[in-house]
Amino acid sequence: MTDESPSPVTRRAVLAGAAGVAAFATLVVRHAEATPEMMKAAIHRLIGEQPVRKGKVTLDIPPLVENGNTIAMSIAVDSPMTETNYVKAIHVFNEKNPQPDIISVHLSPRAGKAAFSTRIRLADSQNVVAIAELSDGSLWSDTVEVIVTIAACLEYN
Amino acid sequence: MARTLINVPPKAKRGQIIEIKTLISHVMETGYRRNETGAAIPRDIINLFVCTYNGTEIFRADLHQAIAANPFITFFTVATESGTLEFRWTDDNGKVETASAKITVE
Repeated sequence: MTDESPSPVTRRAVLAGAAGVAAFATLVVRHAEATPEMMKAAIHRLIGEQPVRKGKVTLDIPPLVENGNTIAMSIAVDSPMTETNYVKAIHVFNEKNPQPDIISVHLSPRAGKAAFSTRIRLADSQNVVAIAELSDGSLWSDTVEVIVTIAACLEYN
Repeated sequence: MARTLINVPPKAKRGQIIEIKTLISHVMETGYRRNETGAAIPRDIINLFVCTYNGTEIFRADLHQAIAANPFITFFTVATESGTLEFRWTDDNGKVETASAKITVE
């Protein structure tokens, strides 16, 4: 005895399977993106649990960018850069690229001026956070929200 | 190999703060892209950049995938003495590219 008509059970199974695949695909897509939590974890990993205050740092990045593949970014920290009071490091993080780290820069009093600039990639509109680590151990930050119209990282060859 | 472009003022007064500009040609492949057959393109980025001034490290940067292709970095230093600035980029494959520039301090 064989049932030759397509059974409704099979159809349901197929639909359930399709739903499962869709759910899995969503999961994978979500996984490829860092989250504000991942950014917090990355910050924690680099600088520990100390409190970060707003101020002293100026993060200069255009608020609206067309192409996320190259975005000019400059950071300056208000510091006299003397032997006793200088900026040890500047770390930059993002919320929504696949990885939360952007760059970590290590300075000494020989820098004269606590500033640098580079070009970055952003995969989506998001917050960019710069944190400066001073020689006395205090931490200062600046956050800028950037709107990106063409995202980086997603293009194919 | 990779082309580099360095801009250091050839002359400076002692104690003057000078700006240094550096550029290196590099794909900075993130490891998140795929080629036309769907295979993942392996990550290949410059992960470390160091600048030394007469042997003393004056600037170091840890780079991540979020740095754009052909990394361009500018920074500052105090012109302390005549000598050589050396620049060193290291990528994921362990390839090292170097460049240097002379400066005369009066």
